[in-house]
Amino acid sequence: MNRWATGLWVGFLFSIPLWMTDQYYLHILIVAGIFIIAAMSLNLLLGYTGQLSLGHVAFFGIGGYTSALVSLGFDLELTDSYTFVFPAQPVWIAFLAGIVVAGFFGWLIGKISFKVRGAYFVIVTISFAEVVRLVALNWIDLTEGPMALNNIPPFTLGVPGLWELTFWRKIPNYYLVLVTCILSYVVIARLVGSRLGRAMIALRENEPLAASVGVDVTRSLVLAAVVSAAIAGAAGGLYTHYIRIIDPDVFLFIYTVTMVIMVVTGGKGTLAGPIVGGLIFGILPEALREVASPEMQWVIYGVLMILIVYFLPDGIVPAVSSWWKERFDAPPKTGEERA
Amino acid sequence: MLEITGLHCRYGKVSALRDLSIEVRQGELVTLIGANGAGKTTTLKAISGIVPAAAGRIVFDGEDVTHAGPRAILAKGIAHCPEGRHVFPYMTVQENLDMGCYLRRDADGIAEDLNRIFERFPVLSERRRQAAGTLSGGEQQMLAIGRALMSRPRLILFDEPSLGLAPNLVETTFEIISEIRAQGVTVLLVEQNAYAALELCDRCYLLESGEVTLTGSGQELLDNPHVKEAYLGG
Repeated sequence: MNRWATGLWVGFLFSIPLWMTDQYYLHILIVAGIFIIAAMSLNLLLGYTGQLSLGHVAFFGIGGYTSALVSLGFDLELTDSYTFVFPAQPVWIAFLAGIVVAGFFGWLIGKISFKVRGAYFVIVTISFAEVVRLVALNWIDLTEGPMALNNIPPFTLGVPGLWELTFWRKIPNYYLVLVTCILSYVVIARLVGSRLGRAMIALRENEPLAASVGVDVTRSLVLAAVVSAAIAGAAGGLYTHYIRIIDPDVFLFIYTVTMVIMVVTGGKGTLAGPIVGGLIFGILPEALREVASPEMQWVIYGVLMILIVYFLPDGIVPAVSSWWKERFDAPPKTGEERA
Repeated sequence: MLEITGLHCRYGKVSALRDLSIEVRQGELVTLIGANGAGKTTTLKAISGIVPAAAGRIVFDGEDVTHAGPRAILAKGIAHCPEGRHVFPYMTVQENLDMGCYLRRDADGIAEDLNRIFERFPVLSERRRQAAGTLSGGEQQMLAIGRALMSRPRLILFDEPSLGLAPNLVETTFEIISEIRAQGVTVLLVEQNAYAALELCDRCYLLESGEVTLTGSGQELLDNPHVKEAYLGG
C-alpha cells in the first residue's frame, strides 16, 4: 500500500512537465524543489539530532559559489610574480566539488562547535554564515563581490562531440532537481534508519543517556553535520547553474529562516515534513503574487506560520499521520499484540 | 572485581567525593546508602565515566578504567541504570532496548537476550511498538533495567531504582534486582530506601558528605545505632 502510494507520487512528479506547459509554473517548481533539498538537509540536523543550524545558508552558498567558480575557472594573484590559474571544469565536476567543499565546512563547523553544542552551535552557525557572506562580498578578486558571478554555465548531459544536451530549458532542469531531490531523500532515509541514525535520535531525546549506552556523541553529530552540509551544498550547486548568477545575497539570514520555517511547519524529524513545508512556502509566494504585494505576503506567511505552529505544534506531517491512523487503522487494543 | 581507591570528584569547586574507597567482589550485591548529596550518584557516575575523577583509581577486573570514558567502560561490562527511569521517550520500547546493545555486534546473542528480557518483562513485549514515554512509571523502570541488561553486563549499577514507584512496584523492583544477581551479575545498588537495601545486600557502605563513614554486612548496619537513628527512622 505504502509502496504503491510512493510509486504513484513519484510517477506523478515525473509526469508534470508532460502536461504542465506553462514554463513559469515549472520555474516555480524547480526553485521550490531546490529549497526542499536544502530544507531536507536542515531537517537532518534540526529534526533528527536536535541541533539548530541558523547558518545553514552558508553551506548552500558555499556549494553554489564553489560550483560556480570551478565551472567558470578563476585566477588568484598569490604573489606579485605568481598567479594561480584554475582552468574551467565541466559543470558536473564543479557540482561535485561544491558538495565536497560544503561537506568539508560542515565537518569543520561540527568539530568546532559540537564539543559544546546547544546554544553555542546556533551562535557558531549564525556567525559562520555572516563571515562567509562578508568574504563573498569583499574578496572581489575571487568572487566579484557585489558585482556577482555572471554567465555561469548550465548543466550538460551527454558525450562531448557526439551528442550533448545543455540544460538551457526548464524541463531538463526540472528533472535534474527532481532526481537530486529523490537521491537526497533516499540518502537521508537510509542514514536515519541506520544504527547511526538511531544514535542521532537518541542524542536528541536524552544526551546523557545516549552517551551512557555507548553512543559516541561528537562523532555522530559531526557525521550528521557533514551529510547535512553536503546536501545543502548540492542544493546550492543546482541553484547556481539554474539561475546562472550568484551574489553574496545568497547568504542572507532570511533564506535560513525560510528553510527553518519549511522544516518546522512541515514537521521536523519526519522525512516528509520538509517536502510538505517546502511545497507550501515555496509555491505560496508565487500564488500570492497576483493578490498581495510582497510586504503583504510576509504578513500572510507570518500569520500562517503562527497558526500552523499554534494548532499543529509538531508540524503538518505528524498531525496528518496521527489523524490518518486514528481514522483508518484502528489502534491495536490490548490483547491484539499478545495473540 | 571493582576496586575504588582514594577517589575524589569535584563539580567545579565543590567537592562531591573525598577519598572514597569501596570494593565490590564478583557475584556480590553491594549497596551504597546515605542522605541526599552524600555522593552516591556521583560515585556511580564516576565508575561509568560520566563524571571525571579528580584523583584516585578505579580498577575493574585488574584494569585501570579511571579515565577510560563511558564507551570503553560499557564495553568492558559495566552497565549503568540511571536515576529517574531514563528512557528515550519518543522511541518505541523495542528501539529503547536496541539502544541498550548499541555497542554489541553479535546478532544471535542480542536476539537471545531480547527474548529473555521479554520473557522476564511480558509487559514490555506487549508494548514493544509503543513509545516509551507513554509507559507508566513502573513500566519505564522495567524498560530501563531491561535496556541495561541488553549490554550483557558483568557489573550493573542501579541508581535509586525504587524512586517514585508505588509500594508494590518497589517490592517487584527489588525482586528483579536479586534475580539479576542470582543469574551471576554483580550489582552495585544506590538506594534511599535504606531498610529494603540493607535487607537485600551482602555488604553495604554508608556515605556521609562524600566519605565512607561505615561499612559492614547488611545485618550489621541494620543493627548499628547510628544507622537506625539517622536512616531507618529510629
